[in-house]
Amino acid sequence: MSETPLLDELEKGPFPSFVKEIKKTAELHEKAEKEVPVMAKGVLKQVETSFRDKITHWKHGGIVAVRGYGGGVIGRYSDLAEEIPEVAHFHTVRVNQPSGWFYTSKALREICDIWERRGSGLTNFHGSTGDMVLLGTFTEQLQPLRDELAELDTPFDIGGSGGDFRTPSCCVGPARCEFACYDTLEACYQITTEFQNELHRPMFPYKFKIKFAGCPNDCVASIARSDFAVIGTWKDDIKIDSAAVKEYAGQIDIQAEVVDLCPTGCMSWDGSTLSIDNANCVRCMHCINKMPKALAPGDERGATILIGGKAPMLEGAILGWLFVPFMEMEPPYDEIKDMVAELWEWWDEYGKFRERIGETIWRLGMSEALRVAGVDAVPQHVQEPRNNPFMYFAKDELVHSDIVKEFEKRGLKLKGEAGEED
Amino acid sequence: MVDLDQRLNDWKEFIAKRKEKDYFSDFGPPHYANFLPPVIKKNYGKWKYHEILKCGVLKHVAENGDAIYSVRAASPRLLSIYTLREFCDLADKYCDGFLRFTSRNNVEFLITDESNIDPLINDLKAMGFPVGGTHDATAGKYALSNMVHTQGWVHCHTPAIDASGIVKAVMDELFEYFEEMKLPALCRLALACCANMCGAVHASDISIVGIHRTPPLVDDDGVRRMCELPTTVASCPNAAIKAKPKEKTVEVNVEKCMFCGNCYTMCPGMPLFDPENDGAAIMVGGKLSNARHLPTLSKVVVPWIPNEPPRWPGVVDVVKKILETWASEARKHERLIEWAERIGWEKFFEKTGLEFTQHLIDDYRVTPYQYTSYRATTQFRW
Ligand code: SF4
Ligand code: SF4
Repeated sequence: MSETPLLDELEKGPFPSFVKEIKKTAELHEKAEKEVPVMAKGVLKQVETSFRDKITHWKHGGIVAVRGYGGGVIGRYSDLAEEIPEVAHFHTVRVNQPSGWFYTSKALREICDIWERRGSGLTNFHGSTGDMVLLGTFTEQLQPLRDELAELDTPFDIGGSGGDFRTPSCCVGPARCEFACYDTLEACYQITTEFQNELHRPMFPYKFKIKFAGCPNDCVASIARSDFAVIGTWKDDIKIDSAAVKEYAGQIDIQAEVVDLCPTGCMSWDGSTLSIDNANCVRCMHCINKMPKALAPGDERGATILIGGKAPMLEGAILGWLFVPFMEMEPPYDEIKDMVAELWEWWDEYGKFRERIGETIWRLGMSEALRVAGVDAVPQHVQEPRNNPFMYFAKDELVHSDIVKEFEKRGLKLKGEAGEED
Repeated sequence: MVDLDQRLNDWKEFIAKRKEKDYFSDFGPPHYANFLPPVIKKNYGKWKYHEILKCGVLKHVAENGDAIYSVRAASPRLLSIYTLREFCDLADKYCDGFLRFTSRNNVEFLITDESNIDPLINDLKAMGFPVGGTHDATAGKYALSNMVHTQGWVHCHTPAIDASGIVKAVMDELFEYFEEMKLPALCRLALACCANMCGAVHASDISIVGIHRTPPLVDDDGVRRMCELPTTVASCPNAAIKAKPKEKTVEVNVEKCMFCGNCYTMCPGMPLFDPENDGAAIMVGGKLSNARHLPTLSKVVVPWIPNEPPRWPGVVDVVKKILETWASEARKHERLIEWAERIGWEKFFEKTGLEFTQHLIDDYRVTPYQYTSYRATTQFRW
């Protein structure tokens, strides 16, 4: 009888099976030259046990790290180590992926060879943050593993974890997408290398993610999955190729499928000419997505920055809030680097432990964050102005009134003001 | 004009400099230009349009007429190095060694010779990696792409549900929608095994999230050994945890706890697992692209379904029912949220047959983010 009757059920069916992957690894790793046991065998036993018990059997990891780095390795131990010694340790190493997740077979093979010798042979391509994930190894393998990755022809470095700048990621952008409004791959690469210290040494209140999307389609989910979303956009008019529009007219119902679905109603089509009232276009991408041969983003390109995006942990989910309506996106990206550094300094000082920057901004006010970053308040910051009148005013915004002086003479005084004795 | 060779040289110089240090570290990811096929290098930033040749095969055409074909295959995300080596063999055979992965964990083979497409697809199929998951926005035909997901019982220490097992069961059941482009609009699926949501569960069309339903148990001894009282107390957003400094442990006001598990993340001495009560909530109607409807958060429509390994029939049924109801009722290009708002949520529950219960009425009062007037989209006028 099979030792994994429950997992065997997940080998069936047409979609690729993670169980097959683990079993294949268990079988082939057996014959390989390696410094570790056949960990995949242990994984099968352990996950089968979880399927039976309906509970995880992984324990909190202590601190495991490699020399010079504070992050990038996630410590993991089995609570069944006695029965399943193959996975007594099962630490994960996050490897910083190349921009756009492009590889050559040569580079991948070299990584596979190292991981065959020094770990479970199991991977994630890729983890949720975007890193290449090497899934499961023993503590003593971590340092040689890191060193061997660094010695490759095209060396690979490890990524982020914990309260640090997490490994940034980007969409495929100009490498293979006609919609890209800036060079997502280069921006991602340069900003990752600029902040290696912040990436490798956790010192923030909590994690901080940056994602780069080339246009408002946001194929890397930056608005939902990053604290600082850089989303391509443009300022001038959508480019229209009228001949190509006519071609589409033979294929699709331009009125019903393009014009009528525009969220602002800023397009019109008279059966032969498409026109756009660009002042009313909100650059949502709908029409461009439908007719990529005929329409394209304008030429005056850059990015919109949104801030604070995060999952529900802890105070509820946030979709990134508009922060900078337009930023030029040309190397060396100094504007973005400076802004991020300023925000970190502020968040580091005022953010509470395990508070994402969106939560800090919510607690202390968007105006405060704008001031820190040197961004002027503009109508684009709000969907609509606030609906309560409880506003804060600085002293220099107030005007002198005689009667208050009169009250003060009579002994009334403002109590509890900052710096004042009670 | 982008000079990728120049960038590559700059990168090589940067690496050489870092190598001069005693310890070669902090050198960052390898520059992507190391891995781009020549046709991409040549047409970087100069793509003109794309079309879908068939489900799973994209054709991108550059201004100068050059074309690149991407063949997209499903992946369980958890991959063996032995499978990766087979992918490498295929890349060598058909794509001069070039391949990439997508933000939804599919693998893409980058082909310049069109005649290689079908042989590659056949080889992939034979390996058990079917091709699909694309959409043709022009034609209004959409396939289901891979489901983004987390680690679950394979690697995570806080999950309320498994991840890979549920994803596999759901994708098997919905496989026809992966292979064929027959949905009316984009539909993004996601799964997170706890509310940490290392996945875009909070902004996907249909998503599954693991929830706990019982408060943490306090292991006094564990708390003493492994936890710091102030941070443990502060970790609870509902102020349900009180320190008992004399005993060097904590106590939980179970009335106030909403089972987020943040305390356990901070303090291993407070496990909150309960196999019969942990389970999955189903959320719908989130989206994050700015096309048409504003980006919006997912909403809970089923409060809890038990863990039913190995194939989670309850979860699979609900996801399929929601998907197919939407697919049959929605207009062309209408995503789930657009459809639900057009017909109204009352009708959403009526048509899907899902039961509305009091759990679906919000009573998490910690933060009023969702009522904020901050703008959460790139849609605005200059
Ligand atoms: S976000 Fe925009 S530019 Fe980037 S891949 Fe998606 S559609 Fe293309
Ligand atoms: S991009 Fe969106 S808002 Fe602008 S014209 Fe096209 S459909 Fe309308």
